[in-house]
Amino acid sequence: MKFTKLLATAAVALGVATSAFADDKTKVGFVYVGPVGDGGWTYEHNKGRLAVEAEFGDKVETVYVENVPEGADAERVMTQMALQGADLIFTTSFGYMDPTINVAKKFPNVKFEHATGYKTAENVSVYSARFYEGRAIQGHIAGNMTESNIIGYIGSFPIPEVIRGINSAFIHARKVNPDVQFKIVWAYTWFDPAKEADAAKVLIEQGADVILQHTDSTAPLAAAAAAGNVIGFGQASDMAEFKDGPRVSSIIDDWAPYYIARTKAVMDGTWATKSTWDGIGAGMVGIGDITDKVPASVKAEALALKDALASGEYHAFTGPINKQDGSPWLAEGETADDGTLAGMNFYVEGLEGDIPQ
Amino acid sequence: MFKLEKRPQPSQAFAYLTPILAIVATMIAGGLLFMMLGKNPFESIRTIFWDPLFGEFAFYYRPQLLVKGGPLILIAIGLSLGFRAGIWNIGAEGQYIVGAICGAGVGLAFYPLEAWFIFPLMIIAGAFGGWVWAMIPALLKVRFQTNEILVSLMLVYVAEQLLASMSLGLLKNPDGHGFPGSRNLKDYPSAFNDEVITGSGMHWGVVAAFIAVIFAYILLNRHMLGFSIRLTGEAPRAARFASVNPTRLILFCLGMSGALAGLAGLFEVAGPAGQISIDFNTGYGFTAIIVAFLGRLHPVGILFAGLLMALTYIGGEIAQANLGLPAAAIQLFQGMLLFFLLAVDLLTNYRIKRISKEAV
Repeated sequence: MKFTKLLATAAVALGVATSAFADDKTKVGFVYVGPVGDGGWTYEHNKGRLAVEAEFGDKVETVYVENVPEGADAERVMTQMALQGADLIFTTSFGYMDPTINVAKKFPNVKFEHATGYKTAENVSVYSARFYEGRAIQGHIAGNMTESNIIGYIGSFPIPEVIRGINSAFIHARKVNPDVQFKIVWAYTWFDPAKEADAAKVLIEQGADVILQHTDSTAPLAAAAAAGNVIGFGQASDMAEFKDGPRVSSIIDDWAPYYIARTKAVMDGTWATKSTWDGIGAGMVGIGDITDKVPASVKAEALALKDALASGEYHAFTGPINKQDGSPWLAEGETADDGTLAGMNFYVEGLEGDIPQ
Repeated sequence: MFKLEKRPQPSQAFAYLTPILAIVATMIAGGLLFMMLGKNPFESIRTIFWDPLFGEFAFYYRPQLLVKGGPLILIAIGLSLGFRAGIWNIGAEGQYIVGAICGAGVGLAFYPLEAWFIFPLMIIAGAFGGWVWAMIPALLKVRFQTNEILVSLMLVYVAEQLLASMSLGLLKNPDGHGFPGSRNLKDYPSAFNDEVITGSGMHWGVVAAFIAVIFAYILLNRHMLGFSIRLTGEAPRAARFASVNPTRLILFCLGMSGALAGLAGLFEVAGPAGQISIDFNTGYGFTAIIVAFLGRLHPVGILFAGLLMALTYIGGEIAQANLGLPAAAIQLFQGMLLFFLLAVDLLTNYRIKRISKEAV
């Protein structure tokens, strides 16, 4: 208890010091789970940080620490940023959830933003993107493009986020192609080029001619390129270097508008706790250029789907949808509520296999 | 011209001097590296080595040194016993994971009962889990002469799969909205590995690490078993003549290092980490190998090496946040430390002799 007080006092003292000594810069900290050069998840968060710097110039100072393991190390890095006078700290991995809450308790004057979690506090907001909207478009393209009717899917971990993506892609692939089947491989990693390449090869050997991935490296695209007649999609980042090869489109995480808005809110003193879950409409999920490999009609449909999702006119989970065991989930015209989506732990009807436990 | 000449016996002075020489060499080479990255080398080195200990926020970092160093020391002490006898347990990371799973599993089985005996039971389970995982390479080596380096290393990957399965299945938090990971033991007082003195960073795992240092010292210097370990490593033939039982030694060394790694895992999951999650292990088991060698496989040396390693981690994070040094530069810096130590180590066993041209 005493220690908490001590830290809080130090933080307050520092807060006073920062405002008293002509340092009116807003200090924003970023905690990254991977290296900034991963080409996917962390790379996009870092692009968001650079956008904050570009937007506010001299008025902000940003700091980051990369490769921070989840757990005690994350707690230390956040504490250190808060001690050094950060006003706002973005913690960009699901595993930072409890550490963020713990540190936020000790520094009531510092604002925290945790990506992809669900625990909020007076000074902790959470934010995430509706990647499943992008998956719907991927599913639509994939269902049209496959000739073998087998689509390979590289899952990272069987968590709601990933399962949601699989369901969304599957529903929309089935819509345009009733014979389509999904083969799912779990890689148990977010970033491991060797494992991801192996997974892609296994799927291709099993007849898949479209590879969807929920892992962050470009290795599956490289494997698809090596195999020839196989297409894939960029994940988290555009992965434009494969545009001449297998990459036909991509899902891009664009954190920049959110990071700029939240930094602005701290500067203006209007920051308040909230849960943000934005999709294509708000610009948090971007759809990378659809290449000419995709027939013009399919591309037009995909873009129309994108617009409908963006305007909110269409929801990616619109009934009738049954669960895998055949029990009804959504009735005709009913759309999924966010609570169910956030904790999604079931496959929809038609998908084969079990979610690993 | 210079040439290396083997010393008749290892130099006592250099045995103590080389770690310091290595640190100085690392600072110089590291400083050059940071300079090439466009940073002020003096400021970088000061941030890494000085700020965590005596900087403005040292009150926070000093306890963190114990939190970070504790598991490293505990694991490295166990490893050093085997390393001295030429028994190579490379899989401490796996034993660390299994210890954490067993210990946390026992704790969670009692949830939400509050009772004094839960934490002691978890400690026993943690040590047991690590011991069992280490017994696999030990028994295979004793029975079938398999290579313990390969078996113990491969079992790390098996343990990681087990960890993922536990986080997603058996130990998953029922109130966790379907997300992977167990309940947080910090919210379960009977199972929480709290600080012994509030604000000191000294949790029970750090206490265990200090006890392990003392016991390892006594074992190696005062006990017959410790003598057998040293003898086997230094003179295997002599050890056979002295009727040291190699089977017993293998089982003891691997078992002991496994149990200590398991303990480290339990104390970490019940304390600083708080929960079993897919990415629970962060490489302590591998870093401890460096710590063991950095500490000369000597218990007191390991104590200092563990704290030094913790210092570079914490200082490295500060340098990243304050100076914008990339994480890879910090890792390179840590690697240099071991590299220079091994290089300078040469001077313990060899001396540089100047030879005049005429003599050639």
